[in-house]
Amino acid sequence: MQSKPITLTILDFVSVTVLMIAAYLALFFAPTEAVMGDVQRVFYFHVGTAWVGLLGFLIAAISGIAYLVTKDLKWDRFEVAAVEVSTMFFFITIVLGSIWARPAWNTWWTWDPRLTTAAITELIYIAYFMLRQGIEDPEKRARFGAVYTLLGGISAPITFMVIRLFRTIHPVVIGNQSAAAQGGFDMTADMRTAFFFALFAFTVLFIDLIWHRIRLGSLQEQVEQLKLNASA
Amino acid sequence: MAKNPRTMDRRRRTMDKDSTRIFHGRSSIVHRPSIWKATLAIVQKDLAAELRSRELISAMLVFSLLVILIFNFALELDIKVRQSVTAGVLWTTFAFAGTLGLNRSMAVEKDRGCMDGLLLAPVDRAAIYFGKSISNLAFMLIVEVIVLPIYSMLYNVNLFQGGLLGVILLGSIGYTAVGTLLSAMSVQTRTRDVLLPILLFPVAVPVLLASVKASGGLLAGAEFSEILIPLNLLIVYDVIFIAVAFMVFDYVVEE
Amino acid sequence: MKLKTPPIIEVRKLVKRFGSKTVLRGLDFEVSRGEFVALLGPNGAGKTTFLRILASLSRPSLGEVIIAGSHLPHQAAQVRSQMGVVSHLPLLYPDLTAEENLQFYARMYGIPDPLARITEVLELVGLENRRSDLVRTFSRGMQQRLAIGRAVIHDPQVMLFDEPYTGLDQDACEMLDGVLRSVAAQGRTVVMTSHDLARAEDLATRFDILSRGTIAASASRRELKKSNLLAFYKLALAD
Repeated sequence: MQSKPITLTILDFVSVTVLMIAAYLALFFAPTEAVMGDVQRVFYFHVGTAWVGLLGFLIAAISGIAYLVTKDLKWDRFEVAAVEVSTMFFFITIVLGSIWARPAWNTWWTWDPRLTTAAITELIYIAYFMLRQGIEDPEKRARFGAVYTLLGGISAPITFMVIRLFRTIHPVVIGNQSAAAQGGFDMTADMRTAFFFALFAFTVLFIDLIWHRIRLGSLQEQVEQLKLNASA
Repeated sequence: MAKNPRTMDRRRRTMDKDSTRIFHGRSSIVHRPSIWKATLAIVQKDLAAELRSRELISAMLVFSLLVILIFNFALELDIKVRQSVTAGVLWTTFAFAGTLGLNRSMAVEKDRGCMDGLLLAPVDRAAIYFGKSISNLAFMLIVEVIVLPIYSMLYNVNLFQGGLLGVILLGSIGYTAVGTLLSAMSVQTRTRDVLLPILLFPVAVPVLLASVKASGGLLAGAEFSEILIPLNLLIVYDVIFIAVAFMVFDYVVEE
Repeated sequence: MKLKTPPIIEVRKLVKRFGSKTVLRGLDFEVSRGEFVALLGPNGAGKTTFLRILASLSRPSLGEVIIAGSHLPHQAAQVRSQMGVVSHLPLLYPDLTAEENLQFYARMYGIPDPLARITEVLELVGLENRRSDLVRTFSRGMQQRLAIGRAVIHDPQVMLFDEPYTGLDQDACEMLDGVLRSVAAQGRTVVMTSHDLARAEDLATRFDILSRGTIAASASRRELKKSNLLAFYKLALAD
């Protein structure tokens, strides 16, 4: 039985602390946006969670490739961790986005490229878990999972590009002059602080959660091993 | 234990590719078929079996007609609506019928161990992938070629335009390229009867949407240059996914 | 050590794991040219897993497998062209005729004169009069005979039989016995798994008992003359 690494415990505290600071910055420190009002504050966490969701998605596809090349089950644990954490963050992103979209666009949901791609990514993740659930052999499960994350990782960007052909009202917040008409806004220095700190905080939280999930995965495997040994 | 230097030496030599010796005395020297010949053999086998039973294509066809029938009443396809939704109706129909065919075509291989039979043959695994993909594509195209004139007749639109047929071909290629790979995975799972569409649709979204966009544009009388973007995305998708499926197919069929 | 030709199947320290479950634990196995080895053992001993590895359908986790001078899994194509496999599934397409099935496999093995070879094979398994009938219409026993025909179409040196008698009635079993005998009589090396001791005793020249992922015991037909196979089998599993 391996005990919890001290670094991980420290990371737990750090992620809770930075998350609280990020919440303070978003809710109190950053100035209220002139047009949209307080609801705009959702934006800091919305982008933060979307960023780590995307990060998890990329990591999953890369660990999938790493598994296929090395056939080392540690990459499979990495992949599952990334997919699970990313699923959760994308879900939060979509919920936060809806909360913001209701007053800003006057609708909970719109078939905008970003939203749709996020939703389809969630469906890919659900399909991924259903695929894994249907396979007994851990090695085959890892192989199929890796292939599927790879396919998902390639198709999602193309999905984004295709849906952009249809329509968009999603604001491009950073570095776009004409965005204001769609609900974009210029960030003040304080807003930027809150924004980048939220990105940082969620990245720390993301690493912490992935670490926990990988640890859980290897503990699960140990339990399975012990059960087998006990029954043999 | 025979772990003497001689066996080690022999092992090393046989591992060397250039000096693969045949040290058996039998007269039969087996020729390995080329990847193209093996692909062709699989395609012809599938087509011959289908020509005899017609199980797969008739199921796909009847299903397609039923889907169109349901759309007809669900969307009340009068002249105005029709113009805007024909492309969507067609591609939804093709996608649904396609999964039916993909699933069945791979289940045939799995059920009687025929997939093992294919894997036991000294052919490149890519031949199995391409063989099955081409057969699946052929089934899908046959169904489409029958559905199109029926739809044209029912709704008095001319669907036999060169551009549209080209888009349908490109879309079907992308769809079967991914579908064949995923069906090879889904038939090996416990939930094989329901899993394929769940795996396939989210990944095939780009190909379906780009096809709808391009077909819709053509049906609305758009110039070729106006549908260039979806067309390019379609080609990009086809090329990337054929290449990726070709590379990972090994991992899907070998234990 | 006596001087002999190199074994046609050579397996060293073979390990196969499925995740954390180890099915084969350092298995050593050798078969000389022309031997007919019956691989016996209880269900779950790893017989099928082992045979699938020999057939190149499954990759070893660790260890070496050399068949007819080629290594698995790196030289799988060479091994495959020298190997015929019969399992309890027929590996045949029901909507094709006997001839079409064989023709398909002949093409997959790149056989130069398929028609002559197909006639030969159909005679070997006694199905020449059903040549143009759909496999769908065949009885289980006939399908199994055709499956053997499929497995020998490329005249392999090594044959693997995985429980070939499963699901066959008495008549079909006897017919199959005859076919297996003639297949083996052509100088082929055969490895067969079975839990039917009596049938294995009739056919094999050597008996290996697979238990808990290794070969627990091995005896040739000559050595077994005094005691019988059943006693040997029970003794091997008792350890």
